[in-house]
Amino acid sequence: MSELAITLLRLGYLVLLWVFVLSAIGVLRRDLYGTRIVPRRRGARGGDATRAGAPAGDTRRDAAPSRLVVTEGPLTGTTLPLTSSAILIGRAPSCTLVLDDDYSSSRHARLYPEGGQWFVEDLGSTNGTFLGQARVDRPTPVAPGASVRVGKSVLELQR
Amino acid sequence: MVTVAPHRVRPRRGVELGLLVLALALAVGAYALVGLNVTGELPGNIAGYGAGMAVLGLVLHVVLRLRAPYADPVILPATIALNGIGLAMIYRIDLAYAARDNVTAFATRQLAWTALGVLLASVVLVVLRDHRTLRRYTYTAMVVGLVLVVLPLVPGLGTTINGARIWVRLGGMSLQPAEFAKIALAVFFAGYLVTHRETLTLAGPRIGGLHLPRVRDLGPILVVWACSLAVLVFERDLGTSLLFFGLFVAMLYLATERTSWIALGMLLFGGGALLAAQVFPHVDARFDAWLHAFDDDVFNQSPGGSGQLVRGLYGMANGGLFGTGWGQGRPDLVPFAESDFIVASLGEELGLTGLLALLVTYLVLAERGMRTAIGVRDGFGKLLAGGVAFVVAFQCFVVVGGVTRLIPLTGLTMPFLAYGGSSLLANWVIVALILRISDSARRPAPAAPGRPGSDRPDPGHGPGPGPGDGYGRDPGHPGTDHQDTEILTGLKEARG
Repeated sequence: MSELAITLLRLGYLVLLWVFVLSAIGVLRRDLYGTRIVPRRRGARGGDATRAGAPAGDTRRDAAPSRLVVTEGPLTGTTLPLTSSAILIGRAPSCTLVLDDDYSSSRHARLYPEGGQWFVEDLGSTNGTFLGQARVDRPTPVAPGASVRVGKSVLELQR
Repeated sequence: MVTVAPHRVRPRRGVELGLLVLALALAVGAYALVGLNVTGELPGNIAGYGAGMAVLGLVLHVVLRLRAPYADPVILPATIALNGIGLAMIYRIDLAYAARDNVTAFATRQLAWTALGVLLASVVLVVLRDHRTLRRYTYTAMVVGLVLVVLPLVPGLGTTINGARIWVRLGGMSLQPAEFAKIALAVFFAGYLVTHRETLTLAGPRIGGLHLPRVRDLGPILVVWACSLAVLVFERDLGTSLLFFGLFVAMLYLATERTSWIALGMLLFGGGALLAAQVFPHVDARFDAWLHAFDDDVFNQSPGGSGQLVRGLYGMANGGLFGTGWGQGRPDLVPFAESDFIVASLGEELGLTGLLALLVTYLVLAERGMRTAIGVRDGFGKLLAGGVAFVVAFQCFVVVGGVTRLIPLTGLTMPFLAYGGSSLLANWVIVALILRISDSARRPAPAAPGRPGSDRPDPGHGPGPGPGDGYGRDPGHPGTDHQDTEILTGLKEARG
């Protein structure tokens, strides 16, 4: 074999090696960059986050809530889609919704679906979880639009 | 104001097949190039070899399609590529030895071990339907692990090869039981730590900013650790003892998130290493060969000198940036070029460029293991996936670090590349475990009974990414351990 062919094959093999490695990384790209986060602009709906979901909710009164919205506190405006899984709220990094709030416990409260309804349960937090004005001492159903207070944050289920 | 949308997980088995084709091209291409460059013609059995590797890859691919449809799509191709490249290099070294009238058949045997490894991985994937079953065998795994570690010390069964008593002779072949012990011990550590995580994290005195654990919480773990280390001192194998120790510290850290473990581990290890260097001459010789590798008398010292290390370094220097090309270097000048020093052999023939590609492949492999650990919902799976992924990464670090003279040389094997049946089998089992856990990590949670899909905000999508027919399964423990890390990571970014 000629010297040129050997060199070309040698470099070609290295190129193939990197094509493999880079395509493997390409497959993982989405996973590496994490979750898709869509910034939402104010103004289209006119209102603040508290009322953002209201119009849609009025038209489908009996529909189940589709998202959890933070309406007060450092995370105001953040929404989480509601799925079938329970949502753990607190300061611990293992929580679904991680609050950076001195008044909340590390595992503060849990929201979970049961029988077509969402319930809030206090996980023995220091400062308590409030549904409206009432302190939650047993799993309590949460209606869409009712405010759940955890530390300094207020959360709301919206349709 | 952000909306956090967890992305739809797809099985992506098609992507896996595509990457698998590339990986097979790498394996067969390397084999062909070795023959072409050494003997001037394609190896005679190239068609059979290519077909064999393709069948092995496809068997696992089909097993994954049937048994773990949501398993990670990158792990299998990466593994096949590494295994195939290792095989080609071993074949190349066989040819070099044959040219020196020293006929060896490492490649044939390694191919047989590869087939056995793939078979074993398939069996693990088929038999183990849910990794949580392993948790039931926590203490069984401890006993099995300890027995495997002690096995080479049994008179008549264990044999000493090259100064280390880590082999067991079984009907003509020798096995390294420690390779399998690391899996058993990872299962034990995961099962034990997941039950005792809370006490290990919370209870205990605080000394100077370091939160120390209570002694009695450590009982079984210290026993395992002391046993494995003591036995390994008697078996005189540095690498394996380092591996067990590293696994132990890493899994404690994974379970408790406490940096004090790392500090404690480093301290213990540093002390142990210094002590070992004082007490054992063979450890001291390793340090000498590392620190004074280029001294004449250290280089020429017959057992335990730095000759092998320095020859490996010169081999890699000869390879340079782009390597000499398959079959064009002289990797056979380094002793154990097919096993301990296969990294130096590959560095010579593929150059820095090729070696870095291989290291990135390992990085991807370990990253997938860690990502699986983050994604899986149960604590046992998290610890097990994290632990075995750490084992792979740590072995790479210790081997490559040793060969490149970053750390003292120890006798570990490069996963999938190096010649050695036990190592290959054990690592295929590890890959099967990671694949199994990643399947349950990426599998979408079943739809909640209270939230039928028709209630979703956009009705065009139907019931959403629910699991396909036949994959419906109990949702595991939907209690407090249940968490959706996709959303968690997203939120952290959103807050930044």
